[in-house]
Amino acid sequence: MSSPYFLEMTNISKTFPGAKVLDRIDIRVKPGEVRALMGENGAGKSTLIKILGGIYSMDPGDGEIRINGEPVKINSVQDAKANGISIIHQEISLADNMTVFDNLFMGAERMKSLFIDDKRMIREAQKVIDDMDMQINVRTKVSELSIAKQQMVEITRAIMFNARLIVMDEPTSSLTSVEIEHLFEQIAKLKAQGIAIIYISHRMDEIFRIADSISVLRDGHLIGTDDACNLSQNKLVSMMVGREINEVYHRESRPEIGAVTLEVKHFKNKYLKDVSFQLRKGEILGFSGLVGAGRSETARAIFGIDPLQSGELLIEGKPVRIRSARDAIANGIGFVPENRKLEGLFLTGSIEDNMTYPVLEKFMGIVGMNQAKRQAIVDHHVHDLAIKMTSTKQAVGQLSGGNQQKVLVSKWLATEPKILILDEPTRGIDVGAKAEIYQLIFALAQQGIAIMLISSEMDEIINLSDRIIVMHEGTVSGEVDNIPEARASQEEIMWLASGGKK
Amino acid sequence: MKKNEAQRNDTPLTQGAYWGLDYLKRNAGILIALLVLTVFLTVATENFATPSNLLTVLRQICTNALLAFGMTFVLIIGGIDLTVGSVLGACGVSVVMLIESGVPIAGAVILSLLLGAVLGLINGCIIAFTGMPPFIVTLSMMEVIRGFAYIITDGRSVSCTNESFNAFGNSYFLGIPVPVYIVFFAMVLCSVILYRTKFGRRMYAVGGNVNAARFTGINTKSITIRAYVISAVLSALAGIVLASRMYSGQPTAGDGYESDAIAAAVLGGTSFNGGIGTLSGTLFGALVIGILNNGLNQLRVTSYMQMVIKGIVIILAVGIDIFKNRRRAK
Repeated sequence: MSSPYFLEMTNISKTFPGAKVLDRIDIRVKPGEVRALMGENGAGKSTLIKILGGIYSMDPGDGEIRINGEPVKINSVQDAKANGISIIHQEISLADNMTVFDNLFMGAERMKSLFIDDKRMIREAQKVIDDMDMQINVRTKVSELSIAKQQMVEITRAIMFNARLIVMDEPTSSLTSVEIEHLFEQIAKLKAQGIAIIYISHRMDEIFRIADSISVLRDGHLIGTDDACNLSQNKLVSMMVGREINEVYHRESRPEIGAVTLEVKHFKNKYLKDVSFQLRKGEILGFSGLVGAGRSETARAIFGIDPLQSGELLIEGKPVRIRSARDAIANGIGFVPENRKLEGLFLTGSIEDNMTYPVLEKFMGIVGMNQAKRQAIVDHHVHDLAIKMTSTKQAVGQLSGGNQQKVLVSKWLATEPKILILDEPTRGIDVGAKAEIYQLIFALAQQGIAIMLISSEMDEIINLSDRIIVMHEGTVSGEVDNIPEARASQEEIMWLASGGKK
Repeated sequence: MKKNEAQRNDTPLTQGAYWGLDYLKRNAGILIALLVLTVFLTVATENFATPSNLLTVLRQICTNALLAFGMTFVLIIGGIDLTVGSVLGACGVSVVMLIESGVPIAGAVILSLLLGAVLGLINGCIIAFTGMPPFIVTLSMMEVIRGFAYIITDGRSVSCTNESFNAFGNSYFLGIPVPVYIVFFAMVLCSVILYRTKFGRRMYAVGGNVNAARFTGINTKSITIRAYVISAVLSALAGIVLASRMYSGQPTAGDGYESDAIAAAVLGGTSFNGGIGTLSGTLFGALVIGILNNGLNQLRVTSYMQMVIKGIVIILAVGIDIFKNRRRAK
């Protein structure tokens, strides 16, 4: 029985205790097809992929997986490999203490009688790498390669074991634009060899560049599959979120922008050359610029993490000296850092613990604590932010990215800040959660908090900010008004960000 | 990068030279420590550099070297084995008791090595199947095994009346103590396992990235269990050698030896995070500790002060390594 499809998954369901996460999903992929799989976090993408990869088993019943028309059972990673399915997980799964060739042959080492045959492995591995035009010496340790090259090694490993279908789970999340181009070239080569690809990503521009067809999942249901050329960005978002895109940035009302809350005058340190700006009460001030332009560094300097060589900081017109995060908090500044897992949250700690760390003194004496006071603070914010959780005792690490971000924001709200710095607040979270974070930002501004919003997403900057500061190489290269009736243009911002003068 | 590639792809001779240079660089810390220590003791003491004392040093490090080889295996997979001293004690007692009860030497030795293997199997299985932290599992097993060694001997040392068994730990062959040959053969065997077999290569994979190993279809549980078995068998071997040297099986033997074994491995560049470690590095580590012990005795430093100095040396050596790696990472 021959079939035009390489992979056919029909009627796939999966139930976890208490929740049906996949409900009768059908996916069919042809050889040489690049299929984008989209959906918010929690839509069921990873569960589906794990069933395909033999890590989870599907619910017993009508579900069926066919390869080249033949029904197969995939119960283990080995089964998946034997059927030509290879999954490249989001986290790099290489042993970085070992060489490239060791990783390529991991689990399938070439032997000469009883012993490892290094020479043969090096020869074979180098040939495959060279055939793919990758500039990698297979004897290099993986830890010495860039993330992009490590990913190339993973792709090579898939090809070496005769993969006919490669699943890539957010492969570009930590790549630079040049590296992404390189990845796309490799994908084109794989496609030409008839290898099918399932590509998971949140990035619309990528999807439309490389995908032939797109499948959208939402809440465990397949919303639809169509050729990429029949879909638009707006259509996709509404399929994923279940509502229209203009609602995402919808703002009920705008507060009166008040007096200057924060004034930065001629900040200079190791990373900053000369940074000055003003931030007003109730204002959302967007910070745009290229990576390394000094946006996060400005935030860190204001918050007292990186020391200043010179410069002055005024809060509500009064000069203040901030030498540590403690000083900053005492002066009413809150900071939601870029890397929430590394710098912002205690992942194993509970939601309530995380929320109340900065304000322990509000309910703790020298010994003992006032449970009721603490509970009041927690309840207040949980309610305001609509955090999805089983209880406030749940560990933060178990929450989705969007909900983690809300916990992090709430942690600062508990300090009742006058100024809130948000550094890439929506990085790595899905469209639905983004919309909620946007509404939260609007609500905070409405309460009169002055917001410094750092973001690399142009859409976000343009649709959220009242005013935009553009930075370039440690200086402010321009300031752009951005009222809803006359939004700044992307071109103008890019021009300033790349060092053009106004 | 370009330069390295050129060197690596050159003729076998320069490739060998490159490898040699790379080896020296990677082990620079421990080799310098070894050199400084040797030169200093040669100058500062009369007796250190005499052939008989050097042979004594070699014989003294045998026990620790065997334990440290095993520790290296376990550290490479990202574990730790605190039972090495207890296994040494238990197997030392068992080999003497078996011989005294009339079992031929070869049989007693094999049975005691098997006892070691079983103890390692228990460690490995608990760790692999329950997912409990290796530190906790082996800490508890250390107590259990030591307790059994006391129970079967009633807490008393068992002396060995078999002359030929006693001779094997105390005699010399071609002027070199027999235990040194045992360590040498153990090292050769361990090197083959670690560097030339699938199992060895997969240990590095498991220690480097368990998930990567699992996703390529490696049975990580089996690798873990086997590493603990090897460690325990080497500890049993050390116990047998030590029993022979002391003409007796002592239930207290090996108490606290795990710390010297860990120290030797770590001094030799084995990473506590798993995935990194070499047997030659560990051997150098054991040598440094052995020379330090011997030299401090020659210098008439009190044993209490020796503990202080040893601790400081380990912190310095490992600190230098970490500092070096950090610079390289930049």
